[in-house]
Amino acid sequence: MTFEYAPAPESRSVVNIAARYGLFIDGSFVESSSGATFPTINPATEEVLSEVAEAGADDVDRAVRAARRAYEEVWGRMPGRDRAKYLFRIARLIQERSRELAVLESLDNGKPIRESRDVDLPLVAAHFFYHAGWADKLGHAGHGPDPQPLGVAAQVIPWNFPLLMLAWKIAPALACGNTVVLKPAETTPLTALLFAEICQQADLPPGVVNIITGAGETGRLLVEHPGVDKVAFTGSTEVGKTILRSLAGSSKRLTLELGGKAANIVFDDAPIDEAVEGVVNGIYFNQGHVCCAGSRLLVQESIADEIVDALKRRLGTLRLGDPLDKNTDIGAINSSEQLARIAALVSSGEAEGAERWSAPCDIPERGWWFPPTVFTGVTQAHRIAREEIFGPVLSVLTFRTPDEAIEKANNTPYGLSAGIWTEKGSRILWMAERLRAGVIWANTFNRFDPTSPFGGYKESGFGREGGIQGLGAYLTKEVTR
Amino acid sequence: MSSAGYSRQVSLPHALPDSSPASLRAFLLGLPGVDEVGAVSRAAMLGTRSIKNDTKAWAIDTAISMVDLTTLEGMDTVGKVRALCAKALRPDPTDATAPSVAAVCVYGDLAGVAREAVGDGLHVAAVATAFPSGRASLDVKLIDTKEAVAAGADEIDMVIDRGAFLSGEYARVFDEIVAVKQACGHAHLKVILETGELRTLDNVRRASWLAMLAGADFIKTSTGKVTPAATPPVTLVMLEAVRDFEAATGRRIGVKAAGGIRTSKDAIKYLVLVKETAGDPWLTPDLFRFGASTLLNDLLLQRQRLATGHYSGPDYVTID
Repeated sequence: MTFEYAPAPESRSVVNIAARYGLFIDGSFVESSSGATFPTINPATEEVLSEVAEAGADDVDRAVRAARRAYEEVWGRMPGRDRAKYLFRIARLIQERSRELAVLESLDNGKPIRESRDVDLPLVAAHFFYHAGWADKLGHAGHGPDPQPLGVAAQVIPWNFPLLMLAWKIAPALACGNTVVLKPAETTPLTALLFAEICQQADLPPGVVNIITGAGETGRLLVEHPGVDKVAFTGSTEVGKTILRSLAGSSKRLTLELGGKAANIVFDDAPIDEAVEGVVNGIYFNQGHVCCAGSRLLVQESIADEIVDALKRRLGTLRLGDPLDKNTDIGAINSSEQLARIAALVSSGEAEGAERWSAPCDIPERGWWFPPTVFTGVTQAHRIAREEIFGPVLSVLTFRTPDEAIEKANNTPYGLSAGIWTEKGSRILWMAERLRAGVIWANTFNRFDPTSPFGGYKESGFGREGGIQGLGAYLTKEVTR
Repeated sequence: MSSAGYSRQVSLPHALPDSSPASLRAFLLGLPGVDEVGAVSRAAMLGTRSIKNDTKAWAIDTAISMVDLTTLEGMDTVGKVRALCAKALRPDPTDATAPSVAAVCVYGDLAGVAREAVGDGLHVAAVATAFPSGRASLDVKLIDTKEAVAAGADEIDMVIDRGAFLSGEYARVFDEIVAVKQACGHAHLKVILETGELRTLDNVRRASWLAMLAGADFIKTSTGKVTPAATPPVTLVMLEAVRDFEAATGRRIGVKAAGGIRTSKDAIKYLVLVKETAGDPWLTPDLFRFGASTLLNDLLLQRQRLATGHYSGPDYVTID
C-alpha cells in the first residue's frame, strides 16, 4: 500500500436544507408574489439542493419599503452602542454555527471545505466583529465628527465568496446605521438565507436586513428602485458598467468592486518555494473564482524555466475532487455557464499559440470541473493575458527589468490587485508606488483582513470595502433623517 | 546580493560548488531565500490533512518502522540500553504484527551493548563527534566516531560545528563532515544541523546543502537537547533541500526529524509533509526517520485503538 489519503468527507448532516426557501423580508420568510422559484444546484454533483423564490418588482418594492421603515423608525436612530450589540451577537452566532455555514457554502458553491472552514468563515465572523467595534466610534473614523448613515443600501453580490461578500456588504452598512436589501447570486443563495435565520436568532429588528433571491433581473429592479439611497455591487465589469449607466443622474451613492487581471510578479531574488506556493494560492485558490486572483504570472526571464518547472511539480500534488472532503484542494466550478466560459477562453489561448499544460488529475464524472492549467509562451496580446477568466487558469509572461514588470503589470484595463515576490524590501516599496492596483501583496497573496481596505483602480471599480476607508461608503456628512 | 543586476545560477546541476571556501560560500549564499511566513503557513496547511481509516493504519505502522528509538542521557546504563533494544525489536509484546522500529540510537560507548542486544535485527545508531555540543577537536571527534563504528554502530549521528557555521566558516564545517564520513567507513552518516541553534530557515537551507555536498547520507534536525527541536517548517525546508539535491545530483538523501515529536497525530503530519514535499519515494525508513522515545508508545496506543476500536491506556504499553 502507498500513502493515498482515504476519503475524509465532512458530514452533510450538520446542516438542514429546506426543500423550498422564500424571500426574507421584514424579518420573516415570505413567498414571492408571483410564486416563481428557481433551483439552486450542487456544482459537484449537479443535484438540486433546494428551490428558491424569485423576487419580482412587487417583492423588491416590499423589501425596499421594509428597509426604509426599519431605517426611519428603528435602526437609523438607534445609538451606535446598541447597533454594536446586535452585530457582536451576529458575529458570535456565525462562529457558533460556522461548521454548518461552511458545509452549506461548499455544497452550494463547490469550494473545498478546507477553504470555507479555514478562510471564508473565520473572515466572515471577523468582519462582523470588526465592524461591531466601529458602530459606536464612527465619529473617530476620519469621516467627520458626526457622520450619518445614508439610508437604504441595495447590495448585489457574486457567487464566488457568497457569505464573505455578504459580510463585506452587510457588516459596514449596519454598523454605520443603514438598512439593507441584499441579493445573493442566483447560483449560491443558500448561505445568505441561513444568515437570514441568524438575523432572526439574533433578534435583529425586522426590516434591517432583507434578503431577496433572483437572477440579474431581480438585481436590476433592486438597484434601480427609487427608494434606494446607496448601491453596492460586486461582480463583473460588464454588469458594473450597466449599473453605473442606470444610476447616472440619480442621487444614489455607488461603489463597484469588479473584475481583475492581477499580475503576480516574481523577481530572481524571490524565495522560490514560497513564491511558487503563493502563485498557486494566487490563482488556484477557490478554483480561480477570485476577482483579485493572480491570473498573470510575470516572472523574471532569468528564472522563468525554474519557476515553471517548480510550478508544474507543485500542481501535480493538488487534489481535485469532492468539495466536502477535507483533503480537497480544488473543488468544482460553480456553474456550467462558468465552465463553458473558462473552456472558451482556454481554447482561445491554444488557438492564439500559447502552450497549454494542465495538471494530470482525475475529473469526476458528474459535476463541473476544470483541471489546474498553466499557459506558457503568453504575450500581452493574447486574450488569456487580457480578459478575466475567473477559473483555475494561469498565464505566464516574462519580463527582464523592474520597469518592464511595471509596464506589463499595469497594461490592463483592470487594477484590483498585484503581488510582488522579492527578498529586497526597497524594491517592494519601489514597485508598490508604481503599480496601479488597489491591493498589493508582498511575498504573499490572497490574504484578507477586515482592517485592510479592498477595492480597485480603473475597470476594477471604485470605493473601498474594509478598514476605516470602507466605512466611508456608508456614511455622509449630511443629515439624512 | 545587493545589486539589482544580481542573478542566481539557475540550473543547479551545472552550478555545484567545489570544496574551496570561496566556492562553497558563493553557492550557499546564492541559494534562494526562505520566506519564513510562507514556509510556516505551508507547513500549517499540510497539518490540516485529514488521515483516516486504512490510511491511518498504514501511516502508524510506517511511522513505527521509521523510529530511531533513542536514549541519550548521562544516566544511561547497560540495563537501560538492553531494555530499549528489546522494545525496539518487539515494540508491542501483545501483538506480533506490530513492526520493529528502524534503529536504536545511543551514545557511542553503549553501541556495543546495543549491537549485542539487537544482533543483525536492527540498525544501531550512535551519536558521535562530541555530541551534543560538538565542542572538541577534530581528532577527538574522529576517534569518537571510529570507536562507535568499531563497537558495532552502523549509523553515526554527528553534530556540525554550529559556531563555525554561524561565523561563516562553511569550509571548516564541510571538511569536518568529509573527515567524519571517511571515519565512518561503511556506516551511514546522519548530520545533525541543530536547527534550534541555526535559528533562521535560510540557515537551515544552507546547512542542509552543506551537509549533503559534504557526503551526508541523512540530514537530521536536532540533537533533542536544544529547544526548539524538530518543527514542521524546519522539516519542510530540509525536505525541499533533499528534493532539490536529488534533482541536481540524482542522489537521494534521507531526513531525520528528531526531538519534540510525541504524538501519533504529529508523526502523521510529518509523513504528510514528506509525501507532499519530497514525494512518495521518501516514505521509507531508508529515507525518513523519527528520532524519538515517547512517540513510540503513542503510536502503539493508536495502533491498538485502530485494531480494537477502543483506547487501552498507558499501562497497556511498556515503559522501557
